Order: sequence, then structure tokens, then C-alpha cells
Amino acid sequence: MVQEVVVAVINSVVGFGKVARLLLALMITGSSHGAVLPVDRADALYHSYEGDGVSIDGPSILLRKKIGDKVSVSANYYVDSISGASIDVRATASEYKEERTETTVGADFLHNKSLFSVSYTASNENDFKARSIYLGVSQDFFGDLTTLSLSYARGRDEIGKTGDENFLEAADRQKYGLGITQVATKNLIMGLTLENISDQGYLNNPYRSVRFVDPQAARGYRFVTEIYPRSRTSNALAVTANYYLPYRAAIYGEARGYTDSWGIQGQNAKIGYIHTFDNEWIVDINSRFYSQDKADFYQDLFSREGQFNFMARDKELSTFSNVSMGLSVSYEQALLSTAVLKKWSVNAEFDYIRFKYDDFRDVLAAGEVGEEPLFAFDAKVIRLFFSVWY
Amino acid sequence: MTLYHRLSLGWVVLTSVGLLSGCSMTIEPWLKPYERANLADPIMSQGRNPVTASYMKHVLESREGARGAEGGAGGGCGCN
Repeated sequence: MVQEVVVAVINSVVGFGKVARLLLALMITGSSHGAVLPVDRADALYHSYEGDGVSIDGPSILLRKKIGDKVSVSANYYVDSISGASIDVRATASEYKEERTETTVGADFLHNKSLFSVSYTASNENDFKARSIYLGVSQDFFGDLTTLSLSYARGRDEIGKTGDENFLEAADRQKYGLGITQVATKNLIMGLTLENISDQGYLNNPYRSVRFVDPQAARGYRFVTEIYPRSRTSNALAVTANYYLPYRAAIYGEARGYTDSWGIQGQNAKIGYIHTFDNEWIVDINSRFYSQDKADFYQDLFSREGQFNFMARDKELSTFSNVSMGLSVSYEQALLSTAVLKKWSVNAEFDYIRFKYDDFRDVLAAGEVGEEPLFAFDAKVIRLFFSVWY
Repeated sequence: MTLYHRLSLGWVVLTSVGLLSGCSMTIEPWLKPYERANLADPIMSQGRNPVTASYMKHVLESREGARGAEGGAGGGCGCN
């Protein structure tokens, strides 16, 4: 009887793929070893991004609390206050201001020492709305030395356009994830993550344009709205390693490869060193490098309007690289384990990122059409946050 | 061969070795619980501050063509 109910519930989840149903079946009938609930903590974050003529800042509040021994719930409220305009927009329109809010509620369930996770996220802007659900399950094997994680996420975007009340498009997104972490030695943990993402629908940014040669135009070229394919499938594979040093410090690294059906191939690597002082100060220094090849339908300058079925000049689809340096400092203080608050910390994180484009030109700079200087910019990312454990 | 293909090949080899060894022998845990103190230290967790990990993921995903498989795989040493 119970099995019949389980099958009926799974089959009633309209629109789920086979893998998602399998995942749900695992969540409902799963059992076995290992896994612990996330710890109770609260974080209050102020974040700031400045770069390419854009300033984005705002708060983020994250709360997590156990209910009994089997359930942990979480909630996150996040705000982006955006002002300015990136080079893509400055070339064709004026600066703007807007706000994005994102709310996530989630829960983790411990069942026979397997951990099941579910969350729902809603993101709202004046011209964009996104909703998504996430399901995940993780389980430990081999004496808790290996953790296997499976996840599925599904989302839907509704895209509008400021100044055009009749513009309304939609996109559906799905993500499948597989993760393995492996304890290799008493000082080394390694991880592997594989994610497949597929999108269907309107995948353009409605404010971005392609430019094409027009000898009749004053500048020698004109802009017209981009045309993207209506589907995209991508695969990303990442490996990570964390190694504990003979004193209380650690080094860590990450490498990721990426490919998608639009022809973009990307790779990035990150390495970092964490040092501690007096059990209270934690300093993290890291560096990251990223590079990618352009999408098949990307060009900085097309020879005529409607030259191809798909045309893009979004700089995120161009050939470019970036390198970043990061520094974070945390001060934490443990309190009595019998007190309501177990620990608190204050944290400051800063990243400096240099973006350099190989085939995206700065049309606001002087130069012959198609021979303008290549674009580059610096970004500064700051996070200041306070955390308490209870 | 791109980094992606090299990582994919490594994954296939790793999986194959795991499956083959699983067929021929029983794997015994090679670390006792009391040997996992270093692994349990928060400095060994890449996502030790979830509120900033998700923020940085958003920052990069908005400005890079690649998406997915950011950060660690989650999980850990089962020791906290």
C-alpha cells in the first residue's frame, strides 16, 4: 500500500523527467548511511560589486535552524540594488537604476542517515521574474569516506522589457547534478562535480544588441536586437582538493571544464591558502583564472543586418579571460557550549578581478569601425558579514 | 584535448577503477573516526560561509559564459 502511494505521488509530479523521478524515489524510499544536518547559524551580509560602469550592492540575510533531530529549515533574503550601465548598454542606451530581490526557503531532512534537501527560490525585478525548485539527496559510503550527491533543479523565467508593455517572453531551465567527495587521507579531501543544464525558450537579454556595418549611418554601423537560439545545453565538470597542512592551515584548489551547445568552451582554475592565528583569526588568500572561447554565433561586428539566423554581441559570449586575487579575513570567538550562542564571527572579503576581451571592442572609444580598442575592465567585489552559531 | 575532455577522461578512469575494484573486493574504510580531526576543521570546507559562496557564484555566473559545477561537491568527511 505504501509503495502504491509512493508510485502515485511520483507519477503525479507533472513535467518531471525520468532522472528527477528517480531522484524523488530515492528521496522517499532512500535509506542507509552517514550524513549530518547543517549547523544552526545566522549570517548578515553586505555585498558590493563595482566594475564596468555598474554598481551593485545590498544586504543578504541567511538563517538556518534545526527542528528536532531530523529536520533543518533555512531562509535567505537577498537584495541587489543596481545603478549605472555596462558597456553593452552604454553603447545604445542610458544608465538606469533597478532592484532585484531574491527569497529562498529550504529544508533538509535526515532519514536513516541520508540527507534530503528541498528549496524554492523566487527572484523579482521590475522586468524579470524567476521561480525555481531544487531537490537533492546525499549519502555516505565506505565508512563515511565517500559522499555521493544527486540533485535536480527546475526553473521558469518570465522576461519583460521596460518601455514595452507588450513584450513578454519565457524560458524553462533544468539542472541535473552529480557530486562525489572522497576522503583520501587524514589530511586530504577531494571532490568531483558534474552538472548538466538545459534551457528552452527566450534566452536573449532583450536590452543587448548586435552591431552591423552600415555605410549610411553616421558612425558607420548600426545596432539591432540580438537573436539567440531558443535552446542551450551545457555540461560542466569540476574537481576540487583541500589539503590540511602540518600546522593549522590548508591549501585548496579547483579546476573546472565547461562546454555547451552554443560552442562555448571554458575552463577555470583556482588555488588558495588558508592560515590561522591564535585559533581566532582565519586569513584566506586565493587566486582564480578563467578563460573561454566565443559562442558560434558571436561577432563584434557583422557585415550586414540579418547576416545569420543567430547573431550575438553579448560580451559574456565572446572570447575573453579574467584573473582575480582574493583576500578574506575572519575573526571568530567561541562561547560557552551551554550558552544560547555558541560562536560568533566577523568577516571581510575582497576580490579584485581583471576582465580582458579578445574580440569585443569598446565602441565608445575612438577608432575605425571594427578597429576600436579591445575592451577591458576591473571589478572590485566586497563582502562584509557577521555570523552567529546557536 | 581541452581541460574539459581531460577531466572527463579522468572521471571515466576513476569510475571504472571504482567499479572494477568493487566487483573484486570489499573496500574497508582506511580512516578511523578519531583520525578525522583535521578534516573536520572548518578551514577544510570550501563552502564554510554559504552566504558568500552563493553570492560569488552569482557574481561570476552573471559575467562568464560557463555555468554549473561551481564550488565543491558538498558533503564532507561525515565527522561534524
